[in-house]
Amino acid sequence: MQKAWQSLVKHRYPYLFIAPTLIILFVFSFIPILVAVFISFTNMNLAGLADWSNVEFKGVDNFVQLFSDAVFRKSMFNTLIYVVVGVPLVVIVSMAIAILINQGTSWIFKTFRVIYYMPSITNIVAIAVIWGYLYNSQYGLINHMLEAVGISPVRWLQDPTIAKFSLIIMAVWKAIGLNMIIFLAALQGIPRTYYEAAQIDGASRWQQLMRITVPLLGFATFFVSITTLIGWIQFFEEPLVMTKGDPLNGTTSMALFIYQTGFQRSDFGYAAAGSIVLFAIIILVTIVQFKARKKDSDVEY
Amino acid sequence: MDVRVKPVYRGIVILVLLIGAVAMCIPFVWMILSSFKPESEVTSLTPSFWPQQPTMHNFERLFTEMNFGGYLWNTLIIVFFSFIGLFLNAAAGYAFAKFKFPGRNVLYYLVLGTMMIPSQVTMIPVYLILNEMSLTNTMAGIVLPGMVNAFGIFLFRQFMTTIPNDLIEASRLDGAGEVRTFFQLIIPIAKPIFAVQGILTFIGGWNSFLWPLIVANDESLYTLSVGLQLLKGQYGGDFAIQMAGASFMVIPILIIFIFAQRHIIEGYTISGMK
Repeated sequence: MQKAWQSLVKHRYPYLFIAPTLIILFVFSFIPILVAVFISFTNMNLAGLADWSNVEFKGVDNFVQLFSDAVFRKSMFNTLIYVVVGVPLVVIVSMAIAILINQGTSWIFKTFRVIYYMPSITNIVAIAVIWGYLYNSQYGLINHMLEAVGISPVRWLQDPTIAKFSLIIMAVWKAIGLNMIIFLAALQGIPRTYYEAAQIDGASRWQQLMRITVPLLGFATFFVSITTLIGWIQFFEEPLVMTKGDPLNGTTSMALFIYQTGFQRSDFGYAAAGSIVLFAIIILVTIVQFKARKKDSDVEY
Repeated sequence: MDVRVKPVYRGIVILVLLIGAVAMCIPFVWMILSSFKPESEVTSLTPSFWPQQPTMHNFERLFTEMNFGGYLWNTLIIVFFSFIGLFLNAAAGYAFAKFKFPGRNVLYYLVLGTMMIPSQVTMIPVYLILNEMSLTNTMAGIVLPGMVNAFGIFLFRQFMTTIPNDLIEASRLDGAGEVRTFFQLIIPIAKPIFAVQGILTFIGGWNSFLWPLIVANDESLYTLSVGLQLLKGQYGGDFAIQMAGASFMVIPILIIFIFAQRHIIEGYTISGMK
């Protein structure tokens, strides 16, 4: 005990420097996980919030109920669609744009870099407000433009299936910039000599792209894929602000289900159970990704 | 890759990027133009590109019909506390980079581990914890959960490991205490990373949405993003005021971004994301 105290005094400055952040992270990141696990086995709600003696232990009831809950199952299905469509779109589009922007260094390419990045720093509520207007079936710009080329108006946000894709388009538009920057950083790390050698050997532009550029982007692709995947499993703010899960829960994601159950129905225990399921899926997917990556490791020339 | 680039090829690349850039810009351009249009033009079935009768009326309504002045003030308070959080991140990054102390590695990995935790898992427990601390519906409750972040600590640590130990030793020999060394030596050296992180912190604070949404019940505590969401709900069909509200939120950030874009974009590059 005395030894520990001496050590604490001796190293007081580093401990002092890390103390504020560690306390905040401990209270608002670590303890919440334990609390989430605990209350997921209870019926914690507003009554329980007022007086803890109202909280009852329910075992795994919440989890059993979740998987027979039509809305939760629908939210899982919607999240699957978001991930399966959204993640490849983000990875491919941002990689393609990065490769194109990397073809030049003049001011025009630098300007493109800025323009493609702009949505990434824009507030999500503002984005949803703007796109809500663009998507409006009567007054929206998109339908006006379609009308001009003779296509009949699309009900972007009123049809449960189309609405999912409308949200995906908006989210991809927002996500391109940041991931493009990551790809650009990786592209700038590829030595020029590889391309010069390939050109001497008479490799076409397409061959250079497929045999040098794309393989050497292996790590960046992995990084972008995994962060994008985790992000889209948690797809939340877009449906929350844009559609609130409408129409007919057609856009409700798992994360939105958790939020609505917790904060609109105040069914904290049930919502926490949903969040544990979400967390388990994220961990599982991350492990699978890392395992898959070990098999075909990076290309090095 | 500039080796032997044919003009035709270059032209095609620029054309493709240009089409994409127009698509990226349309939402912003339409937002700004519409915010200056009277309501009749915004909901016209044959809209014109430029406002026919430009007006500031939509922006005035943000302050008369809605409380955007108050939302702006609350947002600035959050930005201010985010900057305090920035210094806390820097101090932690410095300690992890330049001190040896028991538990350093374990604590550092725990900090990094928090990056893995999804906010959907923590949002309900954090609300309950804040409620136990009687901090729901207070500014402190809005600010605290997002005040420090592991990624910031990581970036500061990365940068600060490159500071030579001799410099720090020299400062100590000169009789400067550890706290003074941090403020008078380390922070000035770390200016480049502070510039990047400062801009990102401002943008993050300005855009913060989740905690204000969950913690603030009272409209007097709303931030711009929560206020904008309220506006979207209250003025569902009134796109003119919606576009003015969005512009009010987005344009300051776009201006800052355009001036500071080199720092931001390079900030991600130097942050070891390669």
